[in-house]
Amino acid sequence: MPEPRIVFENVSRFYGEVLGVNRVNLSIPPGITSLVGPNGSGKTTLMNLMAGLIRPSRGSIQVLGVPPGRPEELFRKMGYCTQFDAFPKGLTGYQFIYSFLLVHGMLESEADKLTREALERVSMTQAADRLVAAYSKGMRQRIKLAQAIAHRPRVLVLDEPLNGLDPMARAETIALFRQWGEEGRHVIVSSHILHEVDRISDQVILLSHGYVVAEGEIQGVRSEVKDQPMQVLVRCDKPAVLAARLFERDNVVEAKVSNDGKGLLVGTRDADSLYLLLNRIVLDNGLEIEAVAPADDDVNSVYQYLIGSEGGNA
Amino acid sequence: MTWNEVATQPWMLWRRQVAAILRLELKKSLFSKRAWWIYFLTAGPVLITAVHSLFSGHGHTMAEDNMIFAGIFQVYFLRLGIFFGCLGIFSNLFRAEVLERTLHYYFMSPVRREVLAVSKYIAGLIAAVIYFGGSVVLSFLFISAHWGPVFQQYLMHGPGLSELGRYALTAALACVGYGSVFLLTGVIIRNPLIPAAVVFVWENLNPFLPSLLKKFSVIFYLKSLCPTGELPTDGALAFLATSANPTPAWLAIPGLLIVSALLLAYAAAQARRLEVSYSE
Repeated sequence: MPEPRIVFENVSRFYGEVLGVNRVNLSIPPGITSLVGPNGSGKTTLMNLMAGLIRPSRGSIQVLGVPPGRPEELFRKMGYCTQFDAFPKGLTGYQFIYSFLLVHGMLESEADKLTREALERVSMTQAADRLVAAYSKGMRQRIKLAQAIAHRPRVLVLDEPLNGLDPMARAETIALFRQWGEEGRHVIVSSHILHEVDRISDQVILLSHGYVVAEGEIQGVRSEVKDQPMQVLVRCDKPAVLAARLFERDNVVEAKVSNDGKGLLVGTRDADSLYLLLNRIVLDNGLEIEAVAPADDDVNSVYQYLIGSEGGNA
Repeated sequence: MTWNEVATQPWMLWRRQVAAILRLELKKSLFSKRAWWIYFLTAGPVLITAVHSLFSGHGHTMAEDNMIFAGIFQVYFLRLGIFFGCLGIFSNLFRAEVLERTLHYYFMSPVRREVLAVSKYIAGLIAAVIYFGGSVVLSFLFISAHWGPVFQQYLMHGPGLSELGRYALTAALACVGYGSVFLLTGVIIRNPLIPAAVVFVWENLNPFLPSLLKKFSVIFYLKSLCPTGELPTDGALAFLATSANPTPAWLAIPGLLIVSALLLAYAAAQARRLEVSYSE
């Protein structure tokens, strides 16, 4: 049985003459997928298309086999935490979640149980009986998250879900995303906090000016960026010796000894060859290696290489 | 029956969803700050008739009071109060949620847009009938209340109760008709004032329209349902009150309901095409 996926086929969306996204082809597997790109790159447009809040000008979308034009089926499987910071007036946190679970068609007892469970998951039980209008920004963010997860969806779409959360809440929320990802759900997250994206993502989709510029597991995406040498950090006792030996080879383009004199940052066009070479140098010169690790196969580096400063803020 | 089980039984699912949406919408339609001017529209005639009852004395007949009420009903309620009240209630069912940026919560629920549109319409209709039905009934009772036992006799043992019922029914049907018109305009047109002006002119031009076109108007069906058809025919506003060729009730009521159902069906179909684009 094929793995259920979120599929975009040649999807474009224009707002009048303004481009939202153009010719997007994606096949998103379960796990945590981060949408990364500067403001206006098309992240929210992509999420709204996925959720059927807007329709594509061209192309088609399927979310686990359901087209977004059928909300009555789609939102049995999907929960969406949007960026819109507005709520129906006069409702408490509990009523907000509970009322919309009833709109789903649930029985009152069922809705009550799931509401309490969702509130518990985002640590909002204590504030559940207060009006949403009286919540802080972080609490509003958490109650939106609770509303999105309350019906236990298989697909979670989260637009900047960490905005406004304090460090403790961020850590809890990220742990929640990880748990959902490990359970085999689709978790689609957009965030401009790249180091957090890096920590949680199984795969990334990099967007710029409405185009998908790269997608896949971050290491895979990094290795496709051929015009930027891979950075490898080697912690050892004699970095200067190592640097001298490495420069004898063509594929090493730069080497920089760290300030503490215990590390060497190596730039290479062929990481696999570098690792083989490193073994030989270590044996030949009796070096003591403490650690060898890629230094730029994270989202931040890939973002800088592919999008850089052209798009403004991520 | 749990959520997953009920999914296979659409009618039961829709019934639950309609009930849930009504819970949310009725609160908004009845008690929202947005509705203050509708309170004013409904309270106006009640206050005026109450004042009339308290201070007018007996220098006129009860039949004259009835005729005044017929005038208030046909000119004020049908052409102004219910028209603008329904404009406020029904065109805001979707529009206000766009302005408040909360429509997406409904759109992110597993509910058919058609069910959503119909539920919102029912909520608007209940609110409008409570507002205007209540206002009509209270105004009718207040305008002749000072006649005391004579009015009681007229109400309980004469044609009074039946007339009151017909006024209330006509008001409710007006809400049905105008409600469907303004739900549709609220769904398909961003600025409700333009269609409101067009519908207002159309409704008031009704006496001058060819007979076929007359049928595409709410007022066409309502005028003949009013219990008192013999308003004075002299004066500039006479055409507003009477119908030269009254439509029989057996035709007027189903006709209005069919036109309203068609408009509601079209609005529901259009709701399926609605997008959430608050910034535009």
